[in-house]
Amino acid sequence: MPSKTIYSHRDPMLKKRDDFEDILEERRNSSDLRYALRCYTPVLYKGVPPIKASMLKSMVLQSGQIRYIISQVSKEMGRANDDILEEASAILDEMAQRLQLSTVRFFVFTLSKVFKILFRNICVNEEGIQRLQQAIQEHPVVLLPSHRSYMDFLLVSYIMYTYDLALPVIAAGMDFIGMKFIGEMLRMSGAFFLRRSFGGDKLYWAVFSEYVKTMVKNGVAPVEFFLEGTRSRTCKSLTPKLGLLNIVMDPFLKGEVFDISLVPISISYERILEEPLYARELLGVPKPKESTSGLFKARKVLNEDYGSIHVYFGQPVSLRSIAEGRVNRCQFNLIPRHIPRKPSEEIHNFVNDSAYRLVRAQEENMVLKPWALLASLLLQNHHQDQKMEQTQGIALDKLTEQALWLRDVSRQYGAFLLWPDHMPPSEIVSSSLSLHQGLVRISEGRVHLPQGAVTPEEELWSQAVIVLSCASYRNQAMHIFLRPALLASAIHAATSNKKQEVFNTFSFLRNMFSNEFILCPGATVQDFEEACYLLMKTGALQASQQELVVTEKGHRTLAFLTSMLDPFLQGYQVVCRFLCEEATENLTEKQFIPSIRKFIVKLLLSGSLRYTEVLSFDLQKNALAALLRLGAVQKIKGVLVIVWLLKQISNLCVCLGGKLPTQNAVIARL
Amino acid sequence: MASSNSGGSISDRQHIAQQRLKIIAGHLQRPTDGGSAILPSECKAQGSKPDASSERKTVPRRRQEIMKWNGWGYNDSRFFYNKKGQAEFTGKRYRLSGQIIPGLKDWMESTFGSSLQHKSTATPILNSSAVPPPILNEAFVEELKSTGIPFSHEAEDRVFRAHGHCLHEIFALREGKIGRVPDMVVWPNCHNDVVRVVELSCKHNVCLIPYGGGTSVSGALECPPEETRSIVSLDTSQMNRILWIDEKNLTAHVEAGIVGEELERLLNESGYCTGHEPDSMEFSSLGGWVATRASGMKKNIYGNIEDLVVHIKMVTPRGVIEKNCQVPRMSTGPDIHHFIMGSEGTLGVVTEVTMKIRPLPEYQKYGSVVFPNFEQGVACLREIARQRCAPASIRLMDNEQFKFGHALKPQVSSIFTSFLDGLKKFYITKFKGFDPNRLCVATLLFEGDREKVLQHEKQVYDIAAKFGGLAAGEDNGQRGYMLTFVIAYLRDLGLDYYVIGESFETSVPWDRVLDVCRNVKERIVRECKEKGVQFPALATCRVTQTYDAGACVYFYFGFTYRGLSDPIHVYEEVERAARDEILASGGSLSHHHGVGKLRKKWMEETISTIGMGMLKSVKDYLDPNNIFGNGNLL
Repeated sequence: MPSKTIYSHRDPMLKKRDDFEDILEERRNSSDLRYALRCYTPVLYKGVPPIKASMLKSMVLQSGQIRYIISQVSKEMGRANDDILEEASAILDEMAQRLQLSTVRFFVFTLSKVFKILFRNICVNEEGIQRLQQAIQEHPVVLLPSHRSYMDFLLVSYIMYTYDLALPVIAAGMDFIGMKFIGEMLRMSGAFFLRRSFGGDKLYWAVFSEYVKTMVKNGVAPVEFFLEGTRSRTCKSLTPKLGLLNIVMDPFLKGEVFDISLVPISISYERILEEPLYARELLGVPKPKESTSGLFKARKVLNEDYGSIHVYFGQPVSLRSIAEGRVNRCQFNLIPRHIPRKPSEEIHNFVNDSAYRLVRAQEENMVLKPWALLASLLLQNHHQDQKMEQTQGIALDKLTEQALWLRDVSRQYGAFLLWPDHMPPSEIVSSSLSLHQGLVRISEGRVHLPQGAVTPEEELWSQAVIVLSCASYRNQAMHIFLRPALLASAIHAATSNKKQEVFNTFSFLRNMFSNEFILCPGATVQDFEEACYLLMKTGALQASQQELVVTEKGHRTLAFLTSMLDPFLQGYQVVCRFLCEEATENLTEKQFIPSIRKFIVKLLLSGSLRYTEVLSFDLQKNALAALLRLGAVQKIKGVLVIVWLLKQISNLCVCLGGKLPTQNAVIARL
Repeated sequence: MASSNSGGSISDRQHIAQQRLKIIAGHLQRPTDGGSAILPSECKAQGSKPDASSERKTVPRRRQEIMKWNGWGYNDSRFFYNKKGQAEFTGKRYRLSGQIIPGLKDWMESTFGSSLQHKSTATPILNSSAVPPPILNEAFVEELKSTGIPFSHEAEDRVFRAHGHCLHEIFALREGKIGRVPDMVVWPNCHNDVVRVVELSCKHNVCLIPYGGGTSVSGALECPPEETRSIVSLDTSQMNRILWIDEKNLTAHVEAGIVGEELERLLNESGYCTGHEPDSMEFSSLGGWVATRASGMKKNIYGNIEDLVVHIKMVTPRGVIEKNCQVPRMSTGPDIHHFIMGSEGTLGVVTEVTMKIRPLPEYQKYGSVVFPNFEQGVACLREIARQRCAPASIRLMDNEQFKFGHALKPQVSSIFTSFLDGLKKFYITKFKGFDPNRLCVATLLFEGDREKVLQHEKQVYDIAAKFGGLAAGEDNGQRGYMLTFVIAYLRDLGLDYYVIGESFETSVPWDRVLDVCRNVKERIVRECKEKGVQFPALATCRVTQTYDAGACVYFYFGFTYRGLSDPIHVYEEVERAARDEILASGGSLSHHHGVGKLRKKWMEETISTIGMGMLKSVKDYLDPNNIFGNGNLL
């Protein structure tokens, strides 16, 4: 029984956060050139001077792990050791960063110019910088920024330079190398490149992991990579990838360093540079291959206003302290440490939990702008309109009133909301709307999303672009409302007010959505308690020993929360329906997306589905992943095989819709 | 006796030893105990004196007359701050005795933040009323009396045998706190006496705790507080004869109570040595070495105790266990010696041991090498081990310990020496570019015939040079070894000024030596800080032994405990954390100190549950009534 467990609530409102300083302000007042050429003397790890690239290379190639793998590969393939060593050396050349201060200075100069044009401010929490500076001297540091834009890693390096901190080396995708000149420039500003997939290539994996480990162990430079693996097109945090985290944690787990500081960095953009691209990508227009000429074409973005950026350097997390009591490091004592081993289940779970914890830390320090709240409200209103088949939008003053209400709710939920309290609310709303004028229309004092008739298919797509762009801003606020929203939906869907019943439904929904949102594994009870606590604190819910009752004034909150989650619920339901109704015998994984897209377009055009954002490739992919995880579907040689009986899936489908009592059978299955 | 060599080192060492012995002899000549004349005649008859001409020097039964009751070593030897505030070492026994050590005060102050103003004085004499009255088993006492084996239940004798030298034991004594102590002390004079005592103990269900040199640092001598039976401490000190020397096989049969230094002295007189020199050899006994799997400084030439022992006789509640031959090796199932070695007094009392002996080495030479950093030093030791050319002893001190050693330099008498020292320092730090805060030093001891030693020395210095090592002279080396004898005295000085400290050791595979050193030191510093220690903590280590597959690492740590309400608790937590760190980083529970009660909690994870079961079944067979109830190991 969840209520029995002891879980101390930390009131999210009490979370102390640092203040921001605008680093562009000084740039606007002094010479960029002098700034780029200024004396740069960062503090270093244990005061050890940086290791030269050539030295690093030979350390990697002579390491026990590489020598072991080379002799293994040589035995398996019957190739000469030297031959393989040469290959390893070539891999390393392709991969390695060649950090050069001069290149960084060039970037600093250029970026200063560009940043000043694009952004109003770049705000950094200086206390976070101080903590980081301390951490860099004591232990190897791993920087873990959120990933929303290509800008992220340049931005982090820029800030590190600004504050005289050791410049990081950054794990980047090989796609950049395609951009001839730029690729090399990035390499010289600290990027190292890895292939997106290297499946069975033992040698590649060994060289790569040894390279990263050597840099971590020797504190060559702070190592930076993106836990989310790729830019999140939806602005929701992506479920973390564990590969690199596993690698950077390894030196600690094997006792080769005393501790490692993991520093989550939250980068929030008021307006994302790639905004229009992302929506198209999600709708299936493939991502343009990175090319230098593409970059120049993209320069029209220079004419637009992208608001401000907030970069929050979180509290460094000591790996040692989070591993305490969770990992028995003795397990590495019985096999030489250079022999690669698959991580034990204990280690895997630890790395996975840590990854979630770190992404949560990123989320918590993400700055929200009023626009994120407005976008949430506008989208809900848009869907409401669609239901009524009208396009009246929402009156500006009503929107302002709702925004103020939502501001208070989100603050109580602990959002890191930057709402300028000194400005009149109407002004805040109108300036937000004007920054995102591409996404909204204001006519006759009413605000709505550009909307046309749904019938012609082209209109559908162009509207979907707008909706998905808006949704991406709503998603920025999603982590604030997620747990209460899951509870609200559970209350809505459950048959009774019985706490246990609601918990079961909550747990089912949470499980269903754990590919979609950042929900820490094994924290169901905690999340439930937190959601109850928040709703009770805000007076939306009353709880007795056995029951949860929505209060009179709570209906507004719950209606808002369920609407937040509704597009996702509907989306998952559609995926289930698709599998029941349309899936053929040999639906391959590759065909899944195109065929489900066709199915959804049909539903949208017929008017039986309102949420155009269900067209998002991300949602479809996550839903499929969830079904695979739950075992409803299996992947056999690339073909999707439906394992469950159709009835079970349709039950699942019904549960998601919340129309029928949650069936225990389904719960049991899950 | 071949001390005809030019290197003054060996004769110097012998000189010290002889000086020490003279003093011991002096103590012995004093009439110590009226009862000491009563010796069972059969034992006397056994006490043959082979070729040795000089008399035996026996540790007196009333040890407290020559040794501190609440600190390390001899009563006459201790550090103190003289009126000028300079550290001085008293007595005449050691090379440092009577010398002023000018650097020590500054080092203590800068390392621990301790100051002369804050002194914590120890209870000067044992308050007998604080000692719980003995629980006597009358029937046992009666029968024991009839055997004529001397015994005592005086408070001082009992308290002296209730502890080893762990910090918490000494700290409690200094505060005058006495816990459960033995109820009686018996001094058997020979193997047969022991047989009788053990028989009587079994008969009357008395708990026996063997006591050798009392140098344990594992809590092995502490009496289990829950023990309700009468506890009898069996002091082996009177069983200290060399029963015979077999020159054909190069073995000596020795009673187990003999103290290391005495054993060497007596053997030296016949031109032999065992070469077994643990740091505690002035006080520790042969039986104790066997019972704890001891290791000696010169194990590279002579081996550790398990390599030295040819035959063991042990009295257990079941009877006497020994082999029927004295052979170098045999394939007769698991070696029963290995049940005995490391049994830590839980199975019985070792009474007699046949040990290998070697002719005295012709030549001894100290040496030292300075390395730019610890990593290079370890790499060099690893290479020396790979080439299997380690000298009799090789030890690598880290930077902190190097500085510590430096602080213990006695006052230099001549301007010339201090000028030379300055020049050396200049050469190393300025000319060679060694960072004084990173450099570390290895001390070496070579032994053998002169020519080979010189050859060996060159080989080692050549290897060292490849790792950036510079030869740093005999003097530094010799001082390094001298320090191991006086360092235990230094803890008592620290305790006088609110500094508590301890040492502990481990063994590590080569690839993890640096990792263990780094992690453990850092863990200690961090734990001290977290546990509220208000002053910087010292954490330092040295690699003291090299093996084919790894090394032995020795740590010291200490801190000023002013401002802590329960310093011993803090200290124990830090020590525990340090041991956890060792195990997590791939080190062992112990290389040579043993488990005792201090490290029991890690035994099961160390040797597995099955391993524990195996040991327990041996205990159950040999000692079903837990007569040897010191509670060590299992």
